[in-house]
Order: sequence, then C-alpha cells, then structure tokens
Amino acid sequence: MTATGRVGLVVVSHSEMLANGVAELAAQMAPDVAVVAVGGTEEGGLGTDYGAVVEALADADTGQGVVLLYDLGSAKMTAEMAVESAEDPSRYEVVDAPLVEGAVAAAVKAQGGASLPDVASAAEGASGETPVAATSTTSSSSTTTSPTSQKPVLHVVPDAVTAEIRLTNEVGLHARPAALLTRTVAELDADVLIRHADEEANAASVLALMGLGAPGGATVTVVATGKDAAEAVRRIEELAERGFDD
Amino acid sequence: MGCTTADVVTALRAAAAVVQEHRDELVRLDQAIGDADHGENMRRGFAAVVSKLDAEEPETPAKALKLVATTLISTVGGAAGPLYGTAFLRASTAVADLAELDGDAVARALRAALDGVVARGKAEVGDKTMVDALTPAVAAAASSTGSAAEALAAAADAAAEGAESTIPLVARKGRASYLGERSAGHLDPGSRSTALLLRALADAAAKA
Repeated sequence: MTATGRVGLVVVSHSEMLANGVAELAAQMAPDVAVVAVGGTEEGGLGTDYGAVVEALADADTGQGVVLLYDLGSAKMTAEMAVESAEDPSRYEVVDAPLVEGAVAAAVKAQGGASLPDVASAAEGASGETPVAATSTTSSSSTTTSPTSQKPVLHVVPDAVTAEIRLTNEVGLHARPAALLTRTVAELDADVLIRHADEEANAASVLALMGLGAPGGATVTVVATGKDAAEAVRRIEELAERGFDD
Repeated sequence: MGCTTADVVTALRAAAAVVQEHRDELVRLDQAIGDADHGENMRRGFAAVVSKLDAEEPETPAKALKLVATTLISTVGGAAGPLYGTAFLRASTAVADLAELDGDAVARALRAALDGVVARGKAEVGDKTMVDALTPAVAAAASSTGSAAEALAAAADAAAEGAESTIPLVARKGRASYLGERSAGHLDPGSRSTALLLRALADAAAKA
C-alpha cells in the first residue's frame, strides 16, 4: 500500500479468455494500473468463482481501492458478494458499465491518478461516447448524395485555443496514442475536442478518439477551452512532435 | 420437538441426494429458457457440500447452514451460487446459536433466506425466478404453528405450487429474460430447484 498507488481494476467474466482479453486491452492503455482478470470456474469451465474474485480484489488493491466490472448478471452477484465479504467494502465498487468500453475508460482514468468514485463514474459513463457524427450519410452512399448535404455539423466553440496538428506517427490515433493523448490532458482544467475529417471527439474519451479513425500522416484540429486550454494544446503538440513516443 | 444439528446435517445430505437425482431434469428445464447449466451447477455445488460435511462436523445448525452457503458460493459457478449461497448464509445468521430448530426458527430462517435472495438478485414475485417458489414458502412456514418438520412441509407444498405458477410467466430476471415472450410456457429451473430442496428438507425432517 502506497499513497501514490492508483485505483485498481478487476474484470469479472464467465470466460477466462474474455476476462484476460479485456484486461489486456485496458492494461495497454494504462501501464501503471493493476488490472486483474478473473474468469471461469475452478475446473476451467464457464462461470464465476467467488474465491478467485476475492483473491483478485486483493491483488488489484494497491491502496486506493478497486473498481470491478462484470460481463453477465451472475458475475455481478459474485462480484458484489466478494465486495460485501471484504473487511472494508467501501474500498471497492462494482460498476454497471459496458465491459470493454468501461474497462478502458476506467483504466485511463485510474492511470491519471483519479479517485475511486471518479474511476467508477468514468466506467459508468463510458457507453455511447462515440465521435459526433458530422455527416448524415456514410461514405458508402456518398455517390448518390450531393456534397452540400455532407456539411460538417461540428460544435461552434467560442474563445477556443485551436491548433492544426499532423500525426507524424505511423498508426495515427490508434489505441495507445489515443490513450496517451487522453492522459496528457486529463489532469488539466480544459475541455479538449479533436477534429478529424468531418468528425470530432472529446479528448477525455480514448474510445471516441479511436473512433475518429485518424491515420498516421493525417492532420487533426485541436479545439481547447477552459483555464488550461493553451497548455492542453501545447502538450498535444509536443506529444505529436514526439510521434506519440512510438 | 426440534431439529438437532445432526438432523439438519441429515436433511442437507438428503437435499444433496435429491439435487443429484434431479440433475438431468434441471438441465432440461434450463435448456428450454436458459443456458442449460443449472442442473450441473447445482449437482457440483451439492456434491462439494457433501464432501465438506464428510470432512467436518458442524457444531450447530447455523454452522451447518453456513458451510453449505460458503461451499455453494465457491463451487456452483452460475447465478445459483451467489443466490443460494446468500439464502443459506442469511438462514444461518437467522438461527444464530440455537442448538435445535423449532417451527418458528425454520420460519425465520426461510424469511431471512428470501430477503437475502431478493437483495442479491433484485427479483420480485412474478419475475419467473426462485423468488416465486420461496415467497409462498415463507408465508406458509410463517402461518404453520407446529414443529420444524411441519413448517418445512407447509413450505415445501407452497414452493411446489409457486414453482408451477412460473410456467405461464414471461421472465423478467436472469438469462431467461433475454427470451422475452418466448420464456412463457416453461417451468423456471430456479423455482424448481427451490421446491426440490424444500421438499427434501421437509421429508428428512419428518423422519427425524
């Protein structure tokens, strides 16, 4: 237990493979967060194992508590029982969240050093954070649509600090770079939007950033507001110059 | 005449035997509206309970019930694990350090079990779950004024009826709820296993 520890995550699934896969994905976004997968029964079948969840809780808790995510209803019950049986149940929170999106959002939040309630709400708020659809039609039907009907419907942001940034790394805003960007601005007092092509995403959401599909070599627009807006833009520029440390 | 610890252990072993006997039936019921694992999950859980009872002799009825609870929680795997685990755990707490269980203690234990299941699974009567069997069982045991065996017999009868009542229902909780309207016309496996357990406990208590 250290004062600088981060909130840990436990992923409870009926399937060991599913739990491991989700944990792998979340851990990639948050290298310093303890993400513990627990799935399947003792005999290796599908199901949840109460004893294993209790152990996972202890493994994931580095002093700041643990957020638990689950796949299906009975995994939730097993998770809740494990929490209730703990010495101090208030250190643990079972969240109703989409498993993959919730785990990723919680991991990134925890990586930024957020508190247990904040990590839990990041997981719970993870659903539906897709990029703003700037066009009403998909590209597949673009041949039959006039260009004017595809005008971007982006937010108008007054008093924003903006910058055009070229993604110099090979993969663009893929998982790891997106997570890096989110973490870079997480602690700042700024609302940051990233625009690419005709879509925009909130930089607070790794999944939304990934959903932009901005490839290497693409140019994105950073739109930041708030007290630390200038600093947010500066940090993202710096990150892009470093090629997202790829 | 109350149920001693030995009587309780005998009844729990009888319950395990009944679960074993009805494994395939529970699998079939669960195949229709769930994921077909209830029979095997329950068999595995109660087989583990028997192993535990072979290894250690509980000192009180409460400790016997707690042993069942902790074993089921760890070994059942599906939703029945936490649900029955919670039921037996609450029942254990309700009878605390009584050396023998009378009808009143049985009624209190069942009430506590039901409360636990509802708190854990958030199901209500009519959702097509074990709550539909356990709720009338609790009421029947509460209005029975006789021995532990009589309270259990009343509970078992009511649970059987309650289980049957799930057939026309559309499931609103658990895996069966994914089927929506298609879950109607089938007996809920959880309510069936609850009725089976109570019948086994009642029959064993009657012989004690």
